[in-house]
Amino acid sequence: MELLRFATAGSVDDGKSTLIGRLLYDTKSIFQDQLEAVERTSIQMGSEYVNLALLTDGLRAEREQGITIDVAYRYFATPKRKFIIADTPGHVQYTRNMVTGASTADLAVVLVDVRNGVVEQSRRHAFISTLLRIPHLVVCVNKMDLVGYDEAAFEAVKAQFREFAMKLDVSDLTFIPVSALHGDNVVERSPNMPWYQGPSLLHHLEEVHIASDRNLIDARFPVQYVLRPYSDEFHDYRGFAGTVAGGVLKPGDPVVVLPSGFSSTIASIDTFDGPVDEAFPPMSVTVRLTDDIDVSRGDMLCRPHNQPHVGQDIDAMVCWMSEKASLTPGLKLSIKHTTRSARVLVKDLQYRLDVNTLHREEGADRLGLNDIGRVTLRTTQPLFFDEYRRNRTTGSFVLVDEATMATVGAGMIIGPAS
Amino acid sequence: MAYELSNLRELEAESIHIIREVAAEFEHPGMLFSGGKDSIVMLRLAEKAFWPCKIPFPVVHVDTGHNFPEVIEYRDRRVAELGIRLVVGSVQDDIDAGRAVEETGPRASRNRLQTTTLLRTIAEGRFDAVFGGARRDEDKARAKERVFSFRDEFGQWDPKNQRPELWSLYNGRIRRGEHIRVFPISNWTELDIWQYVADEDIDLPSIYYAHQRRVFERDGMWIADTPYVTLGSNETIVEKQVRFRTVGDASCTGAVASAADSIDKVIAEISASRITERGATRADDRISEAGMEDRKKEGYF
Repeated sequence: MELLRFATAGSVDDGKSTLIGRLLYDTKSIFQDQLEAVERTSIQMGSEYVNLALLTDGLRAEREQGITIDVAYRYFATPKRKFIIADTPGHVQYTRNMVTGASTADLAVVLVDVRNGVVEQSRRHAFISTLLRIPHLVVCVNKMDLVGYDEAAFEAVKAQFREFAMKLDVSDLTFIPVSALHGDNVVERSPNMPWYQGPSLLHHLEEVHIASDRNLIDARFPVQYVLRPYSDEFHDYRGFAGTVAGGVLKPGDPVVVLPSGFSSTIASIDTFDGPVDEAFPPMSVTVRLTDDIDVSRGDMLCRPHNQPHVGQDIDAMVCWMSEKASLTPGLKLSIKHTTRSARVLVKDLQYRLDVNTLHREEGADRLGLNDIGRVTLRTTQPLFFDEYRRNRTTGSFVLVDEATMATVGAGMIIGPAS
Repeated sequence: MAYELSNLRELEAESIHIIREVAAEFEHPGMLFSGGKDSIVMLRLAEKAFWPCKIPFPVVHVDTGHNFPEVIEYRDRRVAELGIRLVVGSVQDDIDAGRAVEETGPRASRNRLQTTTLLRTIAEGRFDAVFGGARRDEDKARAKERVFSFRDEFGQWDPKNQRPELWSLYNGRIRRGEHIRVFPISNWTELDIWQYVADEDIDLPSIYYAHQRRVFERDGMWIADTPYVTLGSNETIVEKQVRFRTVGDASCTGAVASAADSIDKVIAEISASRITERGATRADDRISEAGMEDRKKEGYF
């Protein structure tokens, strides 16, 4: 059984919580005691109906304010797949939470109210999904019951969204007309919309092909930890533990170690359960080499004729996540990229992006909380990186404030700075 | 060949990545171990992460003194097998020293006192990272917690001020006196744990499988007759076939009536269950709607 991680963004008004509640309820993933607790709380709060949003809004502050503040992870399974939902808030002041939830998602569900069409919030959600390179985007055109399940209303929203999506780099776009409240096309195909020939949302989630979304071409193995047992049984053992970040590794493959440039060959790929014939993302394995060469944490193994960029000057899109400080040129931070950490200087802020209109504000002098912009960075040590669009693991980094140690930025690499 | 990993292998790879990351970046990690199934799976994942090396950090047990003997026996056997160090933080020591005050009455539990002992053990052991076997599907406050969960110098969790956590990049930077709680099995569900136990043929303490036990009913749960509980006037001991879905302090962990005496039967039973494991078996979580959030803010694990 495969695992599919998907992100949803939105607020109570879009019916996002109702949609998730519906998926969980109809797949029998809500438990009796959880439902009873939600019913009790709904009554205490004076609500006339069982508020399924309370299932996901777990923090006291969220219940008090009736909004989703943080990313909540929810789990359900069908006989075909196991699902992890990253449920994120929709308002612009929580863009950083949306970016966080999107960073690990294979698929994004964007909700559009059929009566309102494509509004600012839906555009922002779609943009963030594509910025984070979520491979599959599903637009649920919701509240179809309120327009009499009218095909023309659905088609109008679809056309409107497609026009906007031309500006984005969307690889797989699917539209589904739904009524989350009544369950139309959520789990089962709806008899109310015979004109719709596509799958229900759940059916799509079960069937969408995700195995090929991972980069299986460019072999990348960031060394995480060196294993040296110093025991009689494993006297000369030296293994390099890590998670495969790209490509397929096999014993006998020639490799180059970065940054040293030494060449060697993979002697074996070990796991607790025995050696394996090949390793691919996101497997955690231990690689042994045929030569006794110096390799340590932060180094990277790759193929001699397929190497990542090696450099200290990087162009990237950065989402700024600190409410206390702004990102301005001249700022120094820590950077964590794969298993490598360094210091970094913000050399230039090229533009700030209006996440609603995609307009580039060229003269911007800073990025504040939730702002996204294109920056040029210089690191104290070379990083081994790929374009984020080519590899989400070797193309991403986080920025850490050196005084507070808080995570203040998330970056997606565009390429080496020119 | 299709390059696909099964659900369990993907979760396993993620957990191993997290555990290795902590070993690489922290000076004094420790792994909480209660003898419950989640910490047993977590310990197995640590064993896998470092093979053929030994696990490079000690196991930490916060001992309420209200234990099931089968669980303590299991703990000691496993620690010996792995050849690793065991650090025990004793709640009784804190009560004896006056740092914690025993609750009184028939519902007295040492659940809340564990926080004092846990924080003292972390400080004394100078642990800068402490692994816990919590899962996000257990509770709605846990559903919001990071894999690397920052704790200030008082051990407190601040749910409104959590560090953003993206991709598989974990921020373990802290200042002196602060620490990180690390939850490598955050994304596992109860069923995942049981399926993994079955796949890997992992040995569990016998109390997880159906057995005859002297129990009494309290709040719809079957509580074991142990020296640590006081019976109420209308509570009577009966002998029943039960098993435990979670293992915690013996005074507040309930058993469920069950005939599931093998792993396959347990999986079948859980797959059909309509009640969460904590809802079914944990009196400590029923304190209030936000019971877990409030305890976590104080430093509970």
